[in-house]
Amino acid sequence: MNEIFEIFSAVVGTFVLGAFSILFGLSVKGIDRKISARMQWRIGSPLRQPFRDVRKLLLKESVLPKNAVSWIYNSSPVISLASLLTILLFIPIGSIPALLGGSGDIIVVLYLLIIPSIAIIIGGYSSGSPFSSVGAQREMVLLISYELPLAMVIFTLAWRLNILYPSYSALSFETFQKFPIWNSVSFLGFIGAGIFLIVILLVTTAELAKVPFDIPEAETEIAEGVYVEYSGRNYAMFYLADAVKIVVLSAIIIAIFFPYNLSPLLSQYYPVAPWLGYTIDILFFMFKTIIIAIIAMTFLRTSLARLKIDQIVKVYWFHLFTASLIAMILIALDTMGVF
Amino acid sequence: MNDTTYTIPVGPVHPALKEPIELVLNVEGEKIVGVDVICSQVHRGIEWLGMNRNNTVQNIYLSERVCGICNVCHPYCMVMAVEDALGMEVPERANYIRTIVAELERIHSHLLWAGVAAHEIGFDTVFHYSWALREEIMDTIEYVTGNRVTKAIMMVGGVRRDIDKDRRERIEKAMEYYLQHFHKIEDIFLHDKTIKMRTRNTGILTKEDALKLCAVGPLARASGVKKDVRQDMPYGAYAELDMRAITPDMYTGEIVGDVYDRIIVRLLEVKQSVELIKGALENMPSGPILSEKNYVKLLSILKRAEGEGIGRVEAPRGEDIHYVRLEKGKESFLSWKIRAPTYNNVLPWIPMLLGGEIADVPIVAASTDPCMSCLNRVTVVDEDKNKKYEITKDYMHEQSLKKTRRLMRNE
Repeated sequence: MNEIFEIFSAVVGTFVLGAFSILFGLSVKGIDRKISARMQWRIGSPLRQPFRDVRKLLLKESVLPKNAVSWIYNSSPVISLASLLTILLFIPIGSIPALLGGSGDIIVVLYLLIIPSIAIIIGGYSSGSPFSSVGAQREMVLLISYELPLAMVIFTLAWRLNILYPSYSALSFETFQKFPIWNSVSFLGFIGAGIFLIVILLVTTAELAKVPFDIPEAETEIAEGVYVEYSGRNYAMFYLADAVKIVVLSAIIIAIFFPYNLSPLLSQYYPVAPWLGYTIDILFFMFKTIIIAIIAMTFLRTSLARLKIDQIVKVYWFHLFTASLIAMILIALDTMGVF
Repeated sequence: MNDTTYTIPVGPVHPALKEPIELVLNVEGEKIVGVDVICSQVHRGIEWLGMNRNNTVQNIYLSERVCGICNVCHPYCMVMAVEDALGMEVPERANYIRTIVAELERIHSHLLWAGVAAHEIGFDTVFHYSWALREEIMDTIEYVTGNRVTKAIMMVGGVRRDIDKDRRERIEKAMEYYLQHFHKIEDIFLHDKTIKMRTRNTGILTKEDALKLCAVGPLARASGVKKDVRQDMPYGAYAELDMRAITPDMYTGEIVGDVYDRIIVRLLEVKQSVELIKGALENMPSGPILSEKNYVKLLSILKRAEGEGIGRVEAPRGEDIHYVRLEKGKESFLSWKIRAPTYNNVLPWIPMLLGGEIADVPIVAASTDPCMSCLNRVTVVDEDKNKKYEITKDYMHEQSLKKTRRLMRNE
């Protein structure tokens, strides 16, 4: 009986989480557009514009190019969205624990994060347009570029926590949730974690494929690249996947770096009902998501020009890799207790 | 073409191009190994209309619509050609007014270009900023000429509107605005790191290539060719205003001939235009603005006129040439040939793009400030790549002779 209830709650939770992340992701997109417009001396579209876009895209015809491989072409948007929604099941939202949490969920999340990019690459190649082929190549290079710094950030921090608290599962968001990284390290480690935060914010920009790292789409160069042939429902899926991706990546950063909640703090002063505590924490989570999205996406894309592919590889493999290496050494020194 | 190369068509309709032209790129990965340009996508038959439908005065309005942006230099060039054919003198004041309006146009065109170039490298913020700064000049143009875009100020033998005290004050105010804000534009374009990363050493055109391919305008000047019609063959009031061609070494001390240098040249030209306008306003003599006020008489003079004339004007994009031939008893031109600057500046795309990356295509193409509706037709062939059609020099020569004969109507 208990098992059935668990399965039931997981299914319902998945639906609720999916609906929440899509709606919230689209709202974040709207906020991003508005802020960006204001920074550019424009009024900008209303906050509900992304919802209108999706509604319109869903009404439009989905065109299948003549030389496209139809089943791959049609399935890759769905795979992209589905894998992103799956990631959310592993990440704690506010004070609500992850639906499918457990040991080693970080590794699952890291693998699932690659799937949307792979889906875009395969979809791009299968659409049979030279522009999307170039876009897919670029997406592949981008993927290879940012994976290394991303892995360095997550595994170094997990290693640090594992040494501090060997009895807990290291590669789990639960551990990160229980022992916020900033409280677990001394001065050197604090600097190291700060560098890692900057690195992961820049990785987020590339994961979201926004300027200056939007080369797979690069409107003026290759006409939206990988998405050039997608239209209607299929493109709406990619659009939703993009919105969910913002929530997912912010949630990962929140889970690793800012796992703080407001309700424990408030309950020291007032008695907080559990439902109110959850609501406050979810609202606080949304607030943190918006802040991260604005820093990693809006500010960067408004204040920089698009880089070229070789420049991007240089940024990730040279600059960010060096930064991560320094941060890694700092955290290692911290672990050894040099200071 | 081997297995690793494939073809990417950029155009006729592509977000990188604001007007239809087709670039066929052979690429290996991201590297461009072959370029072909296919033009003549927007032939509108303007010259035909000028030779068959309109009379000379109507042709002024027609030539204004050759290009939406260069809508002073085309009619200016055309009336200069007609005045050359008639042997007509233009009043001194009219020359100054023409110069002022042409320079106002240059400021607006270069700022417009700056926005487009920023958009091409994905920097939309700068695009919006430079177009917001451009609004001031558009308002001034509207105040001075009565129109925001097509200025309708040129006339055979002078100009149609005077610059009175009110208008003069409005122009002076706008010039102050640009002198104040120039450092802002300079700061955005010349000191921003990402813009520099995208434009430095991108799309290099050497001085030799620029001379060989007859590049004109800011494109040629950025490669170190000190060529400017305003300096070499002064028209209007330029001779009195001490006009000097601008090359990038004035700012950086060296000439690279890349996109960054073209940005420098255009920005310095904006500043130069502001100074030229201020000088012209100070030195503007009083007097009539038209040499023949009676339009009916003017039309009859034009109808009786016989002869040919050439007008040369430095448009914002480079040298613009109009050739006009008038015949007695014919209201419209006997022949009219427009050679817009983009016609020369499309050829240098090939040396600039070869060896570059796909990511460079939009900004390199935009750096010549192409205007396809000015350009009517051109054939480009990369002979190293063994293209299906090959045009030799002799064939080209023969074709040009044929075309000249056709234009002269001697066939």
